[in-house]
Amino acid sequence: MSTHGHARPISKKLLTPGFYAMAVLSIIGITIALYRFAFGMGTVTNLDNNYPWGLWIGVDVASGVALAAGGFTTAFLAHILHRHKYETIVRPALLTAMLGYTFVGLGVFTDLGKYYNIWHLMLPSMWQFNSALFEVGMCVMMYLTVLYIEFLPLVTERFIGRVDLPGILATINKPVDACLRIAQRTLDKLIFVFVILGVVLSCAHQSSLGTLLTIAPYKVHPLWWSPFLPLMFLLSAIAVGYPMVIFESMWAHKSFGLKNDMQTLSALARIIPFTIGLYLAVKIGDLIYRGAYIHIFDNSKQSNMFLVEIVFGVITPFLMFAFARVRKDARLLFTAAALYVLCGVLLNRVNVFVVSYQPQFTGYSYVPHPLEVLLTIGYIALLMLLYRVIVTIFPVITHHE
Amino acid sequence: MTVSRRNFLKLMGLAAGTLAVGRVQAHTGGSDTAEGGFGMLTDISLCIGCRSCEQACHDINAMPEPDEPFTDPGVFKKYRRMTEKTYTVVNKFNSVYKEGLPVYTKIQCMHCQDPACVSACLVGALQKTKEGPVLWDSWKCMGCRYCMIACPFEVPAYEYHKGIEPRVMKCTMCYPLVKQGGIPACASVCPVEAIKFGPKKELLGYARERIKQHPDRYINHIYGEHEVGGTDWIYIAPQDFATMGFLSLSPEAPPRLTEAIQHGVFKYFIPPVLLFGVLGLTMFLTKNNGGEQNDSHHTSLGDGGGPHVKGAVKK
Ligand code: SF4
Ligand code: SF4
Ligand code: SF4
Repeated sequence: MSTHGHARPISKKLLTPGFYAMAVLSIIGITIALYRFAFGMGTVTNLDNNYPWGLWIGVDVASGVALAAGGFTTAFLAHILHRHKYETIVRPALLTAMLGYTFVGLGVFTDLGKYYNIWHLMLPSMWQFNSALFEVGMCVMMYLTVLYIEFLPLVTERFIGRVDLPGILATINKPVDACLRIAQRTLDKLIFVFVILGVVLSCAHQSSLGTLLTIAPYKVHPLWWSPFLPLMFLLSAIAVGYPMVIFESMWAHKSFGLKNDMQTLSALARIIPFTIGLYLAVKIGDLIYRGAYIHIFDNSKQSNMFLVEIVFGVITPFLMFAFARVRKDARLLFTAAALYVLCGVLLNRVNVFVVSYQPQFTGYSYVPHPLEVLLTIGYIALLMLLYRVIVTIFPVITHHE
Repeated sequence: MTVSRRNFLKLMGLAAGTLAVGRVQAHTGGSDTAEGGFGMLTDISLCIGCRSCEQACHDINAMPEPDEPFTDPGVFKKYRRMTEKTYTVVNKFNSVYKEGLPVYTKIQCMHCQDPACVSACLVGALQKTKEGPVLWDSWKCMGCRYCMIACPFEVPAYEYHKGIEPRVMKCTMCYPLVKQGGIPACASVCPVEAIKFGPKKELLGYARERIKQHPDRYINHIYGEHEVGGTDWIYIAPQDFATMGFLSLSPEAPPRLTEAIQHGVFKYFIPPVLLFGVLGLTMFLTKNNGGEQNDSHHTSLGDGGGPHVKGAVKK
């Protein structure tokens, strides 16, 4: 990495007003969660017998998983294809994935009626291989572990030779250092296994997440219900990896007052028209094949949301990324990435899990409870807070002179 | 909005024919209760809407107090569904053939032969018993509510207002009674014997016989004989089921598609292992490739781990 700047901890002041604002939002979110754990889902959500899944599944879980796809897509590029020039984006993407999946886990935990039974997933006697949700749960659990392992080298890099524990603990400085060194050497030898495993696990559960709603053909709107949902979830997740890296990197660099590495980001953006293009092609092909395109101009809530998703979220960014001028212009590049991330994927997941879901015996729609929204915002704030703290301690972000 | 039956079949055919991930497998979910298991038959033409079954169900299962008393005919003013307070409800509809007269339908869990809820549950908390009833196991359940998403009849309800031990609520076909050789409470209390309990096979035969003998009283459709792969609770009726709030469902059980996808993708773990191998090989072959910059350099992820070969394929 010596030729393209070093990743090192951010030295900017941590405790800014923004930091405190995030902290307040997090505390509100956590308070709502605690209330919900004590008194039940019904007290803070608008979920009911007709709408068992809502905002938390659509945003915290499904979108969380999709938007953490930067982790495995950049690992693939830099460590499996060995394109070392992308080395600088691997660490921020890894951190985002690690925090993203932690947040997914937290989201699932909060959404489970019997959250205290979450460990049942680890009991082989309860494994139920016919369930797509089982597969999602398993892979997310394993991938989260893999992500923490992949992050360990940053810990060793940061602390080897620098272990300086306070007070009485100082006596174990040496042993801790020795442990870190052993960890580093072992990881060096084995990390490639985890890198590949991470990609395999990601492909598996990104697609299984799409399988979830195929079991409800009578309730999911035909614009989204398809036997190809798993394939579309996988392709859109692969496609969102790099836009997410661009989106997040430009945002982070701006808030840390650092210069963007436009060269790397523009190069990365050249891949995106192919990945989004493939997703778009499958999506259109699927609509035509199933004859579901007849619903596009229904002017219903579903059809309008579908149009927003596909026109602003997929077609627009696809065309934008295809132009070299867009890829080289920081502002346009950021816009294209943000469009795909927010309208193409986040909205898609919300559409599939919330908007498209229409039970047949009800006339009303589910609208999230304000506390449901606040909890999600709180969790996102917590995630950003942790990101901020971690980049301050560990060498994640590369500084360009 | 419903996915029309033809459309759904087309989709299923498409999935079976072209999903690259695998072929639709033979029936694997649930136990085959067409042989030996018990079932229930509701004869809608007999039901008088007395709601005794609702009351009996409430008592035997020690359910929470209902919002309206069981004697209140006012409940028929609007269409009701099962809730966390009741496993079964009776609704009133207009008769199609006898003007001014009502028909009543009792609804509850259908005890599907290939239940979507069972296939969906990630910890196996829902099981199809060999006797027929589909049961929920409180100890295993994590409360994810995926079973509610999956059920094509929109049956299971949930105790959203409990922080600790919320339950998935649905009819058990009175399994504790059935297990001891008894019959379900609703069936034994019904004053006009509109609800029958017995071996599923016999009930089907009986239903067919009734329709044959009284073509004037019944339409020629046993609801649940084929719907979603067959259900162990079946119905015969004097008029089209769609006029009484019953859904038109294809004979394909929803789990057939999802399980075909799941087992196709994970068949003997071959696809994941294959992907692992391909990625490993790619990693190996491109080892010296990305060296545009500094390939001898030790990267953050310790490339030292990858196998080193001299003269591996160069870019
Ligand atoms: S009706 Fe629904 S809850 Fe009952 S067995 Fe069938 S899928 Fe399960
Ligand atoms: S709510 Fe319980 S019974 Fe239903 S699918 Fe989840 S774990 Fe299984
Ligand atoms: S079979 Fe038992 S649990 Fe089911 S509706 Fe009848 S009384 Fe209720």
